[in-house]
Amino acid sequence: MSEEQPRQEPWLSEDALERAAVASFNFEDIVLVPVLAVVLALVLGGVVMLATGVDLPRIGQAYTALFTGSFGSLSAVSETLTSAAPVTLAALGVALGFRAGLFNIGAEGQVLFGGMASVAVGFMVTGMPIWIHLPLALLAGALAGAIWAAIAGWLKAATGAHEVITTIMLNLIAMELVGYLLRNSPIQKPGRPDPISQSVLDSAMLPKLLAWYNPNLRLNAGILLALAMVAAVYWLLFRTTLGFEFRASGLNPFAARYAGMRSNLIIVVVMAIAGALAGLAGSTLVLGVLGRASPGFSAGVGFNAIAVALLGRSHPVGVLLAGILFGALDAGGRQMQVAAGVRIDLISIVQSLIIVFVAAALLMRAIFPWAFKRRGAAAGGAR
Amino acid sequence: MDIELRGITKRFGSLVANSDINLHIRAGEILGLLGENGGGKSTLMNVLSGLHRPDEGEILIDGKPTHFRDAKDAIHAGIGMVHQHFMLVPVFTVAENVILGVEPTNALDHLDIKAARKQVSEISSQHGLEVDPDAIIEEIPVGLQQRVEIIKVLFRSADVIIFDEPTAVLTPQEVTEFFGIIRSLRDAGKALVFITHKLGEVLEVADRITVLRGGKVVGDGDPKTSTSADLAEMMVGRAVRFEVDKQVVKPGAALLEVKGLRVTNERDEIAVDGVDFAVHEGEVVGIAGVQGNGQTELVEALTGLRTPLAGTIALSGRDISKATTRERHRLGIAHIPEDRQRAGMIADFTVAENSVLDAYYERRFSAGVQLNWNAVNAECRRIVKEFDVRTPSIFALADHLSGGNQQKLVVARELSRKIKLMIAAQPTRGVDVGSIEYIHGRLIEARDAGVGVLIVSTELDEILSLADRILVMFRGRIVGQYAGGRGDVQQIGLAMAGMAA
Repeated sequence: MSEEQPRQEPWLSEDALERAAVASFNFEDIVLVPVLAVVLALVLGGVVMLATGVDLPRIGQAYTALFTGSFGSLSAVSETLTSAAPVTLAALGVALGFRAGLFNIGAEGQVLFGGMASVAVGFMVTGMPIWIHLPLALLAGALAGAIWAAIAGWLKAATGAHEVITTIMLNLIAMELVGYLLRNSPIQKPGRPDPISQSVLDSAMLPKLLAWYNPNLRLNAGILLALAMVAAVYWLLFRTTLGFEFRASGLNPFAARYAGMRSNLIIVVVMAIAGALAGLAGSTLVLGVLGRASPGFSAGVGFNAIAVALLGRSHPVGVLLAGILFGALDAGGRQMQVAAGVRIDLISIVQSLIIVFVAAALLMRAIFPWAFKRRGAAAGGAR
Repeated sequence: MDIELRGITKRFGSLVANSDINLHIRAGEILGLLGENGGGKSTLMNVLSGLHRPDEGEILIDGKPTHFRDAKDAIHAGIGMVHQHFMLVPVFTVAENVILGVEPTNALDHLDIKAARKQVSEISSQHGLEVDPDAIIEEIPVGLQQRVEIIKVLFRSADVIIFDEPTAVLTPQEVTEFFGIIRSLRDAGKALVFITHKLGEVLEVADRITVLRGGKVVGDGDPKTSTSADLAEMMVGRAVRFEVDKQVVKPGAALLEVKGLRVTNERDEIAVDGVDFAVHEGEVVGIAGVQGNGQTELVEALTGLRTPLAGTIALSGRDISKATTRERHRLGIAHIPEDRQRAGMIADFTVAENSVLDAYYERRFSAGVQLNWNAVNAECRRIVKEFDVRTPSIFALADHLSGGNQQKLVVARELSRKIKLMIAAQPTRGVDVGSIEYIHGRLIEARDAGVGVLIVSTELDEILSLADRILVMFRGRIVGQYAGGRGDVQQIGLAMAGMAA
């Protein structure tokens, strides 16, 4: 407390106000906790391998392969980034929901819908140059994801139905619907008895970025799209009035209402944007790598996205880092299986352990007390 | 049991929360511990109740040095604390809450609820703490819940009881009852510590007064000889004026006109039952009343947060009954919500973000969809200085500000734009003396500039010193209208209790 007044506040000097804190990037929360969580998860992963009869040298081999397979060579990095793009995009959508106080479990369904829409535009629209056809296919994916997610948003805004329930159900519906579409014309590839779509035309495929160097490198423009969206979501959240409303509603819906914000509209808009991002994730899967859709083509990207959003503390930059990590685990895990003969299931265990440790940020503080400067302040949870 | 604190110092990093504090707590005495928010009262009591360990100094119980490793040690030593926010399980009965953690059991660890109820009844009757042991906590009023907290402490055989801001949540009647209870506890030989920043209460009930400021003991007061002004000066460090300076102003044209307003609450009961009144330009209208008589619903209806059942609300002759909160805000209605933590600000937003919480969309702060953070920060810097909001930086989280400064921030935000009508609900609840004086001054300044001010408060003193015209609300109706000042205080009190002539 102060003494006599009036007085000039020394703490309000101009330079004290210069540091940009609008988007407060908390190093401990966004970097330190996840890094320690990864270390701990790898150690425990080793313990699991030991327990299942893998001897120490092979564990060493396995982790070496995990690293070389993800960052050890150009092709490894290419694989890592190829896997990172879709999961990052979908996770940006989930993170946006978290920021606005919405627990959007529906990324998987939105990915499936977005992917299907992109495939459909990818082979139905013909005779277009790539600079029209590709954007069109991407737009279709974003739009399909947005509509699918907005249904859950609208249900919450209009009836109060909880988004966790509705998005889970919409996931199931999306899976079955995609299965149906794949077995019927016009999506199903003519002459095939099994559920598989027609192939996307080259004019709608995301260009391979390193094909000039080595045609086997799969890295495609999806990663550029993901980077652009990281920047866009950052801008949206921290630089726009809409993002201000999202964050206010997420942190304190009462105060947001008292400040005259329209919470119902915000819910629908947030869900639509989140769905658009997840839809784009589906688009990069089919337009970047697969070239067509088959049952389960999303390979759980929408579920991993929830983990990545949590790991990235719902911050766009954190999500990007977490997305790359998951891409690396994916790429390295395959190498691990090939080189050391360790089952790829182990990677799922490591991924899950990372999430548990990140969610339990307080646990990390208890295990590594020397790593943290500030006491207690930030507790677990993404909201 | 006597307790002596000797040279207690407690630091949090570079912040010294308590510095060399000496304090005596004696059996059969009520010690009033007075201090502003952030003055070090809570830290000191947390030291005494074993939650914090002091960096220096010692605690002597009946002359013997004692160390508390944790709260359990302190409870064991007979020190109990009644917190400001009650720690009760809402769906449990009174008896269940009392025994929670120290349940009496018989064979096979079977909960002996009968014995518990008996013990609770005994304690109740012994100290005049009447409460039904089988009542469910969430169904009884706050005053009774506080009694349960006291019984809980007594059940753990405490000889020293610390009350942290015990009257903050009570109605005036409940406060009177509460004073009776602590006097009877004192007469039963308990040592009591009454932490507060309300001067009148401490003068009324304490036997001895100690004042803390900036983590230090700055003086002692004798309730028989000290005056509010002496204590306030000690507490704040400068002379404090209680009377608000205000000239008599002739009110202008009618600004807010409310006719036949009926509003329901969450449970669909009529909370505001046909209310008519007007607020004129340059006039302060105060709505007095005990909490829960429809004031909350009235304010929510006026600000567009609750749809009225019937009636009209007009601003400068224009019907705004159907306007949204945002539209009313744009028309020049400012609102200081009664619950600032929940509704007035966002704890995890920075001071800068909070300073534009309801004006971010205005052209001053945004161009198209993009927020102009430079403009926001400049405005925040300006109002923080102008309204003396003490914050380490405009980028500090609002959560890190003291209650008084949070409220000043909300007041600053609402008064710093061009407004016609200010609706202030409990504008100084939980705010320290220095800030109250300041906030009152700014509200009167706004009035003098021609703003119509509607103050809804359960603190009668606040209404009496600010309002030019006083309305009393009881069970959803306006039951009386009085001139400002203290002339009609007797009648106002009766009207608040529903006994208007």
